[in-house]
Amino acid sequence: MATSQNKKRSRAAGRPHWLLGFLLLAVSLSFGQTKNSCLDCHSVLPEPLGVTAEKFSQDIHAQKGLTCASCHGGDPASDDAEKAMNRKTGWRGHIERKQIPQLCGSCHSDPAYIRQFNPSLRTDQLAQYHTSVHGKRLAMDDTKVAVCTDCHSVHDLRAPSDPRSSVNPVNVAKTCSRCHADANYMKGYSIPTDQFAKYTASVHHEALAVRSDLSAPTCTTCHGNHGAAPPGVDKVQNVCSTCHVFQAQMYEKSSHKDAFQAASFPGCVVCHSNHGITHPTDAMLGTGPQATCMQCHTPGDACDQARAALLTDLNQLDQAIKHADQALSFAESSGMEVSEARLAQNQARDSLTKARVTIHSFRKDLVDQDIQAGVATAARNLQAGQKAMAERNYRRLGLGISLLAISIVLAGLWLYIRQIES
Amino acid sequence: MNASRSLRAWLDQRFDWDNLVAPLRKKTVPLHRLSYWYFLGGITFFLFLIQVLTGILLLLYYRPGANEAFESVQYIMTQVQFGWLIRSIHSWSANLMIFTAFAHMFSVLFLKAYRKPHELTWVSGVILLFLVMGFGFSGYLLPWNTLAFFATKVGTEITGQVPLIGKPLMIFLRGGEEVTGATLSRFFGFHVALLPGLATLLLLIHLLLVQRLGISVPPRLEMEWAANPAVKREMKFFPNFLLRELMAWYVALGVLGALAAIFPWNLGVKADPFAPAPAGIKPEWYFLFMFQTLKLLPPKVGFIDGEILGVLAFGLVGLLWLLLPFFERDQPSRSRHWITGVAVFALAYIAGMTVYGHFAK
Amino acid sequence: MATGDQPVMNPGGPLSGTVARRRFVEALLGGGFLATAVAFVYPVLRYLVPPKTSDLGGDSVVAARVGELKPNSGKIFRFGSRPGLLIRTADGNYRALSATCTHLSCTVQYRDDLREVWCACHNGKYNLDGRNLSGPPPRPLEAFDVQVRGDEIFVRRRREA
Repeated sequence: MATSQNKKRSRAAGRPHWLLGFLLLAVSLSFGQTKNSCLDCHSVLPEPLGVTAEKFSQDIHAQKGLTCASCHGGDPASDDAEKAMNRKTGWRGHIERKQIPQLCGSCHSDPAYIRQFNPSLRTDQLAQYHTSVHGKRLAMDDTKVAVCTDCHSVHDLRAPSDPRSSVNPVNVAKTCSRCHADANYMKGYSIPTDQFAKYTASVHHEALAVRSDLSAPTCTTCHGNHGAAPPGVDKVQNVCSTCHVFQAQMYEKSSHKDAFQAASFPGCVVCHSNHGITHPTDAMLGTGPQATCMQCHTPGDACDQARAALLTDLNQLDQAIKHADQALSFAESSGMEVSEARLAQNQARDSLTKARVTIHSFRKDLVDQDIQAGVATAARNLQAGQKAMAERNYRRLGLGISLLAISIVLAGLWLYIRQIES
Repeated sequence: MNASRSLRAWLDQRFDWDNLVAPLRKKTVPLHRLSYWYFLGGITFFLFLIQVLTGILLLLYYRPGANEAFESVQYIMTQVQFGWLIRSIHSWSANLMIFTAFAHMFSVLFLKAYRKPHELTWVSGVILLFLVMGFGFSGYLLPWNTLAFFATKVGTEITGQVPLIGKPLMIFLRGGEEVTGATLSRFFGFHVALLPGLATLLLLIHLLLVQRLGISVPPRLEMEWAANPAVKREMKFFPNFLLRELMAWYVALGVLGALAAIFPWNLGVKADPFAPAPAGIKPEWYFLFMFQTLKLLPPKVGFIDGEILGVLAFGLVGLLWLLLPFFERDQPSRSRHWITGVAVFALAYIAGMTVYGHFAK
Repeated sequence: MATGDQPVMNPGGPLSGTVARRRFVEALLGGGFLATAVAFVYPVLRYLVPPKTSDLGGDSVVAARVGELKPNSGKIFRFGSRPGLLIRTADGNYRALSATCTHLSCTVQYRDDLREVWCACHNGKYNLDGRNLSGPPPRPLEAFDVQVRGDEIFVRRRREA
């Protein structure tokens, strides 16, 4: 390769060996390095023309050996600005927003090309993007929508698995919120801007961002990432059911499914909301401030009665578990060993969890099965606790008898002492 | 009575029994307003015997070793018949014994029973007190629960602060750099072999000295009785004092039984060396006064590290405490008041710091 | 205060009254000593007799007996303070895993139709080595060692403390 360093190569004849060695070393090192004249200027220019070498070194493209010219074209070997940035020889300069997906897709939709770098990386992002709301609107010349660089960043683009990446699952919601929570930016679109606020108060956010449970959903889990679009009113439960399998199965067979479908209600979202999903409580079955059923149903009708019966069932099991827990705690604090029963309490709690899932069938007979199993377990544990208390009382009785014997001895000793000293 | 007479004759022929117990028959206990304090030594001894007995019983089921220690104690508490009783008595008696040992020491101090010729009784007694606290420290770790694990960690860490010998001493105690199963094995060896051996030896010396030298009387009373022997009041040790001592022992037994049945000793949670220490770790109450002192010392005193200064100070105080009787000159009045002052201060300090340490966060 | 060990006879009273008194005290003392001795010795004797359930140490537990489990079935057993799952695979081998789901601590079960370990709470699935396959569980289940000795199946923790 005709690099400037090569031109410095001198003949070996007549020179000391170490110099030859040094020069060969210099040459071989410089052989691997391509000159990048772009950075010479652009690393010191101010924003938005400036990209420091340090920033670019974070970019995964740079780490894979790609350079400025890979996307922007031009001649990085040339120090002459006119030669380096010449549209006739392929320099693209600043990429228009509308061109960005096509540009990224020129590599990322080419399986043969991507295979050279990461064989398991998907190559359908561009195709998906065209189906998304963002893609469709971009095609209609709305350049306010998100393009690749808006979410993935540019010049310091990190792999999604990197925790600093803007598209790492933990950061996705924040990235989406940059536009979708900005009321000013979203003026003119007919969608709300409170999703992020609601989501950050939700159980899913708590699981993902606080407990680092990567199985919890973020925006893209339900809406898709490249093919981002709302699932559609009648498809909501399909999305939820990918994780919440049992609740969905119960719901499918329930009376609510057909009713909601007929009324074009969005399934799970009706009771649980979509973005601001909070931890469900038994109170949703009640008549207080968190009452969910009574938002639609009429007080006194068959459904209201069924609801009340379900709530009673759940409360019954909840109380049975608490009662047993109390007895076991009391026994424990009296020094009795009840770890076996404590362990079995987990089973009772599992039954309660199952019952709360079975609620989604809205059938009392099914819920009852789980409830009764749990109540039976809790009753057994309560018995164990009471047995422990009986043992405790037996110990106290034994103590009482021993103390009686001791007091007899003390009385005897005292009398005996008086006797021998009188 | 014939049976006991022939038994005595049998023993006398083989042990020279009568000559052996003759001094015991002559032994007397001085009677005065403060005689009740004399019971404390015997009660401490009784509790020690209880510890030996319950300790041996526990040894039948306890397994030392990080894998099994906690589970074996759990087994004793839950599966072994009356295991809960034996273990709870052992734990309560340990605490009671340390309390009565301190009380016995302070009563000796205030009654001035450490004076010549009883200095060595005092010295052997103070060493016994240290041994008893060593019993407490080593025994506490044996159930291998979280509290014990971290209390041991902190305690041995503080030992390591002593300059020069601290680190090697800490490694000796821990059986390594950290508190591990090796520490447990080592503490087990200390608790059931080394310390009992030393304690038995010192107890024999202590009791022998008390037998040989007789029981001391407070100074003023001593002078009164020397001036007017007719006023002197005494009680025969055998059987009169011994019967009363026996009453005290039975009361102690009743108290122990009640404590064990009503407040059985906690099992805790199995120690996990990799878990973080729970907040507010404190040693057992008998170490609280030292622990609280160290906590209150500033990080630096002059150019010395505060904690090192504290540890050294306690070491020095311990040494001086051991040699206390030798500071008392033959001029009774002045040095006596001085030592009484020190005793009052020490008692107030220990009691106050213990209470403070208990309620401090 | 007198230190004689013979009772002074009451000069004016009947001889029998004092003797009766003495007998009463002796009976009281003797009875009391006996009672306390029994109250003391009885627990110690009971203590010395080893209990029926032997203590195997915290690491090892008898999970089941040979023949108790059919091939391709599972059983929940107690391991210390947590549940364990003993599985007999279709080809007759035994596997033991912790039965506490690594997602939200529900108790898992063996599914003979899936031949996998399954958690009923959120449909988490694990393979027979405990590896989490699908669903929410973030980590594998802890695997234990199984040893068949005689007709008892022992399950033991793998790591050393």
